[in-house]
Amino acid sequence: MQMSLVIDANKCTGCLQCEMACSYEGEGVFNPTKSRIKIFPFHEEGIFVPYTCTQCDEAWCMHACPVEAIVLNKTTGAKEIVNDLCVGCKVCTIACPFGTVNYNADSGKVIKCDLCGGDPECAKACPTDAITFQDANWTGYDKMKGYAANAMPAK
Amino acid sequence: MSWTKKVLRINLTEGTCTPEPLNMEWTEQFLGQRGLATKYLTEEVPPTTDPLSPENTMYMITGPLTGTMASTAGRYSVVTKSPLTGAVACSNSGGFFGNEMKCAGWDMIILEGKSPTPVYISINDDKAEILPADEIWGKSVWEADEWLHAKHQDPQLRCAVIGVSGEKGVRYAAIINDLHRAAGRSGVGTVMGSKNVKAIALRGSKGVTVNDPKAFFEATTAAKKILAENAVTGEGLPALGTQVLMNVINEMGAQPTHNYKEVSFAGASKISGEAMLEPRESDGKPNLTRNAGCFACTISCGRISTIDPQHFSVQNRDDLHKSYHANSGGLEYEAAWALGSDTGIDDLDALTYAQFVCNEQGLDPISLGSTIAAAMEMFEEGIITTEDTGGIELNFGNAEAMIKCTELVAIGEGFGLELGQGSARFCEKHGHPELSMTVRGQEFPAYDPRSIQGMGLGYATSNRGACHLRGYTVASEVLGIPIKTDPLETEGKAGLQIAFQNATAAFDSAGICIFTSFAWSLEDVAPQLDAAIEGDWTPERLGEIGERIWNLERLYNEAAGVGASADKLPPRMMSLPANTGPAEGKVSGLDTMLPEYYAERGWSPEGDVTAETKARLGL
Repeated sequence: MQMSLVIDANKCTGCLQCEMACSYEGEGVFNPTKSRIKIFPFHEEGIFVPYTCTQCDEAWCMHACPVEAIVLNKTTGAKEIVNDLCVGCKVCTIACPFGTVNYNADSGKVIKCDLCGGDPECAKACPTDAITFQDANWTGYDKMKGYAANAMPAK
Repeated sequence: MSWTKKVLRINLTEGTCTPEPLNMEWTEQFLGQRGLATKYLTEEVPPTTDPLSPENTMYMITGPLTGTMASTAGRYSVVTKSPLTGAVACSNSGGFFGNEMKCAGWDMIILEGKSPTPVYISINDDKAEILPADEIWGKSVWEADEWLHAKHQDPQLRCAVIGVSGEKGVRYAAIINDLHRAAGRSGVGTVMGSKNVKAIALRGSKGVTVNDPKAFFEATTAAKKILAENAVTGEGLPALGTQVLMNVINEMGAQPTHNYKEVSFAGASKISGEAMLEPRESDGKPNLTRNAGCFACTISCGRISTIDPQHFSVQNRDDLHKSYHANSGGLEYEAAWALGSDTGIDDLDALTYAQFVCNEQGLDPISLGSTIAAAMEMFEEGIITTEDTGGIELNFGNAEAMIKCTELVAIGEGFGLELGQGSARFCEKHGHPELSMTVRGQEFPAYDPRSIQGMGLGYATSNRGACHLRGYTVASEVLGIPIKTDPLETEGKAGLQIAFQNATAAFDSAGICIFTSFAWSLEDVAPQLDAAIEGDWTPERLGEIGERIWNLERLYNEAAGVGASADKLPPRMMSLPANTGPAEGKVSGLDTMLPEYYAERGWSPEGDVTAETKARLGL
């Protein structure tokens, strides 16, 4: 079964546990700057929104890469960077419509979410279930259920 | 390990930024944050120093866990000599500033001397600069924060800023980081202002590592589970924030009201955490928008709130800042009590507005509300009149008057600057020092010492002046953590306070939030530290470090002239009995508890730290 990260911004408190889990998994250091998932605070609205790569099927980044350094992981559906091949040209960062592929100046390569090989650390670290890892076919299940409850016939 | 072992020393008089190694020997004895910076203070700033002179020094310091993935591990403290109390000041803040400091490669930033002109400090990893702040001097925290973000073109910049109150010498000015998190008490913002420093703007990209990652993840994951499963940290605080206490404390007759004349407030439910969830008539929205977590916090007691757009307080605020019609850090229990119950005001939106002003201009809402309450009593008694207040009818329950006073203190003008000197100086000036509810010149928090006896002993002995965060025996006396004790009983409270005070000093020195201690003991903290840094860290060692820190602070205060002589409560606590509830007829039993406390601390009967105790603790 293919799984997807599901984000519910209404549950996010902006604590950045996800960013630390991600940076540690990817770079071996607690460093929000190196996280592939980012939390965006919108102060005046009082909202925190987690955002990361959604693993497009026809991934722009993958198609744009001139050295085929972005490959599909057939088990997880993730588009993964092959560091040995990446030349740091950044074309993928331009191609991605969502800004979720970014250059890491320390390594000279790009970084993006790779679903941690199928067990995403961000989802495990999130204390409020704002980030969960669910069946890719039913990412709307909980939301749908919520609205279904509204449509429940009165007893 | 999760220390960077580097300190940034900024001499404002000379205009220099100099890196130096962190004193790792002292970390063995005092851990970090509160303990370690107090050690630096005692070595570098003579106890007799004038707090607002260039000779005072300000330490912004992280703990060993700050910047890691341990729950709540984003804390930093500001340690200096307090202009409010003359004692050691140590104010702890969350938000995202402490972790950013660590990420930039610094365990501590030291500000010494005084800049000849207004400046701010810019730190980007190793690069530190003292830059002109003329354009933001005289501006609010929010305006300065916006300006700094625009100037540095960095949305991820983290800023700690003072408001106009701190520039003007209001003695309980706070340092605000991340728009609404505060190093709030004892006037640490006033010290920053006295040095002509408006802000510290940080950006770090280095990250933080730990000594033993496997052990660290095991320890922190287990500890997070304990927080999630605890009734206070897993349910009460996430649901209602610290405001979960408003109705609880009021119902047990321990909620000080009308400048501590009474112990319960009829309007409490209207300003409670529950009331913050009720949709209002004007726009159908509740006061509470959302819970906000500080860095790495899995509790999220923080509140993000809005003010009713129809409320009188915001009708004329369009011109000043659009945020008055949007979200900011909302009420927590202490602020709601001081600005509300203590002043007799049950208008939730008026209190939220006053809280927003405290965020905007950097004020401690406890000292602010408490000082206004004392002034209200003096006004009702005819001790001060509209001639003193600049025309404000300062009666209890008058929300407009409270708001006017708050706005004036925020910008340090007229009657506001007078209130900004704090309740002790204000009451003294008008000939009635007995009406000031303070210890060591710092205003009481929200628990009545007549109804919760252990807290009275805590206020009297607190090293930073009256404070609930130095030994929160409410946990035991009200909530039953770790064991239930009778709040009306004085017996055993000396030992209880000492245990809480020592443990709290250790928590405050580790880089984590004291609210974890509702669920964690030092047994839960020790393995996290042990995995993060070098050395053997046991609960016993942490307990001893806590006791050492407490005694170090006490020794400094003794030398500063605010030791045992200041271990007393206002006469009202000792002679005016509680008017209602279970404590009806009771006064504080401080006279019984204090000698026991001195004895159990290993101090002399006069309350001085003895040579034996100093030797035992290696002081």
